[in-house]
Amino acid sequence: MSITTFVIISLIKSLAVIFVMMTAAAYSVWLERKVSAHIQNRWGPTKVGPFGLLQPLADGVKFIFKEDLVEANVYKPLYIAAPIIAMMFALTSIAVIPFGNWVEVGPWGTYLQVTDLNIGLLVILGSTSMGVYGVALAGWSSNSKYSLLGGLRASAQMISYEVSLGLALVGVLIMAGSLSVRDIVNAQRHLHWNIFFQPVGFVVYLISAYAETNRAPFDLPEAESELVAGYHTEYSSMKFAMFFVAEYCNMVTVACLATLMFFGGWLGPVGGPPIVQALLPVIWFCLKVFFFMFLYVWVRWTLPRFRYDQLMAFGWKILLPLALANIVVTALIVAWRG
Amino acid sequence: MAQFPLATAEPDQDSTLVLNMGPQHPSTHGVLRLILEIDGETVVRLRPEIGYLHTGIEKTCEAKFYQQVVPLTDRIDYLCPMTNNLCYCLAVEKLLGLEIPPKAQWMRVMMNELTRINSHLVWLGTHAMDIGAFTVFLYCFREREDILRLFEMVSGQRMMTSYFRIGGLALEPPLGFFEKVKKFADRFPGNVDEYENLLTGNPIFMMRTKGVAYLSPEDAIALGASGPTLRGSGIDIDLRRDAPYSGYENFKFNVPVRNEGDVFARYLCRVQELRESIGMVQQALAGMPEGPVKADAPKVVLPDREKMKTQMEALIYHFKIITEGFAVPAGEVYQAIESPRGEMGYYVVSDGTAKPYRVHMRAPSYANLQTLSRMCEGQLIADVIAAIGSIDVILGDIDR
Repeated sequence: MSITTFVIISLIKSLAVIFVMMTAAAYSVWLERKVSAHIQNRWGPTKVGPFGLLQPLADGVKFIFKEDLVEANVYKPLYIAAPIIAMMFALTSIAVIPFGNWVEVGPWGTYLQVTDLNIGLLVILGSTSMGVYGVALAGWSSNSKYSLLGGLRASAQMISYEVSLGLALVGVLIMAGSLSVRDIVNAQRHLHWNIFFQPVGFVVYLISAYAETNRAPFDLPEAESELVAGYHTEYSSMKFAMFFVAEYCNMVTVACLATLMFFGGWLGPVGGPPIVQALLPVIWFCLKVFFFMFLYVWVRWTLPRFRYDQLMAFGWKILLPLALANIVVTALIVAWRG
Repeated sequence: MAQFPLATAEPDQDSTLVLNMGPQHPSTHGVLRLILEIDGETVVRLRPEIGYLHTGIEKTCEAKFYQQVVPLTDRIDYLCPMTNNLCYCLAVEKLLGLEIPPKAQWMRVMMNELTRINSHLVWLGTHAMDIGAFTVFLYCFREREDILRLFEMVSGQRMMTSYFRIGGLALEPPLGFFEKVKKFADRFPGNVDEYENLLTGNPIFMMRTKGVAYLSPEDAIALGASGPTLRGSGIDIDLRRDAPYSGYENFKFNVPVRNEGDVFARYLCRVQELRESIGMVQQALAGMPEGPVKADAPKVVLPDREKMKTQMEALIYHFKIITEGFAVPAGEVYQAIESPRGEMGYYVVSDGTAKPYRVHMRAPSYANLQTLSRMCEGQLIADVIAAIGSIDVILGDIDR
């Protein structure tokens, strides 16, 4: 492959992935509104387009046209940088997530993945942890008490749950013997999905992922009934929208990760003509991610919210020991079986 | 007692922060303002600041005829308009010495219990929403909508009903009304199960409410708490049973009492009250007497439209009541009833003219709000939210 082809293919892949990611984030907002509405005996968006399908576009246009208020007392450089940081790292992690297997378009062939790093998983975990900077800086630079409390809560919460999130995945890593996301998926062929071998790891991962993305019942950083809107209280217009989109991007990322790590990624029954064979893995992948997104919404509109101290206690006293125990047991079994 | 800090004041110690919660805050239920002094997330001091919804209703009453005060009472505690109507009407009727026909009394009880359900539904919905369970809110409002439709049927208004008048009711309930109530009453216990499914056994909900915002029975009495706030602390007082009015002695019901004194206890009391109230609605439907809905007192009660147009005397009375009101014998009276929030009292002083000399309302929310500092100091910010929800204050009731 010549350098030009490489650059062109990489550019196309990056743009496509960013486009897909943003669309996925926008439509998970639509999904959230629609599902929550039906849970609550409402209709949700129905006016813009069929089934309100164009609602995300309308929302985006609305955000762009809103007045971009900047409070007089904010520390401007960080105030502006915070949403950018949040957004940037939310998008970065998608680079190493594979959507499907090898595809061939004419003479060119590529993996459906921006880049296949051999430390892919570390990149994802690293960039989601960097996302906390956006939240913490937003809370601090806004110079508002509610934002400050929200930012503090967010940093403490995300750092705590980062630990159990990472440890929950270690079991999978021990079994696969690789940090490359592609290898981990390939190790799950023939329905040897990790969910069957790592149920505890899966549960710990799922719960930590909720906390990591600030979703209910762990949405304390933005608990609207306590802290108004938490760290983004003082944000408006596109800056607010960036936090919003970043949150949904993060949701998509952790849902993708759950699919890849525990649900066999794009693996599933494949057959038929070549074009179908190429597309089916992507469809399996999307369906599995959709399942997790739906689960997110379902949980959010069912459960009440934890209290801050309870959340921390839950993370450190229950999830972390569970994750550690899971690692020890997995390691012992793997070592015993050679 | 130490001076509380104002919002602008500097905190006492360097380590604490003064946080101004409200009057515009998603969960202070209207325009309550709380001045919190916090150390990290722990509340060191809490001071409620009221007066943002002051309407001057008490003073306005003095410029109105007795019958013109009824619509004002709706606007005091806007979640239980009929309870306010009833309390005021009972007070004036006591001064006048009026005898209320049984059907009017039973209707009053029935509407009052529906009002209690309406008020408790709003409480349950917002309380759950404050704790983070948003869906319960919409479920509650779905049933509340049915109750508001019933209110609209009898009074033409959804919220500011003014359905009770001095001497009875404004109108006969329309045809088909009782069937609609029956349908609702049969369905409602299932809906309560639905709310309880989402909350009562939920571990997160219990973690958020059990042992939170404790109020001891001694404090509850000393601070003048009443209603479910008092009964949640183990004091068994309910005016419907202990000082029956408007025919409550004819009804069978239990008064739910819990001894824990925390948010969960108050929650359970109110949810149980929902079930008791719907039981009383059923009893009222089953035993609804026949007869007139207005007392036989032509000088006080407006005549029917038809009589007014066909009888000279009725027309004269109608004209007199509308233009000059009716004189109420001089004296003073205090009438207390059990509102959804606790002891609601109307103190009415008459100087013998057609306008009250003074009307004072003993608002249950006002006394209940006093308990908030005692409940919350030393707890976390999130507990303050749970505590506000659990005492169920209505700002219109407090400020008047």
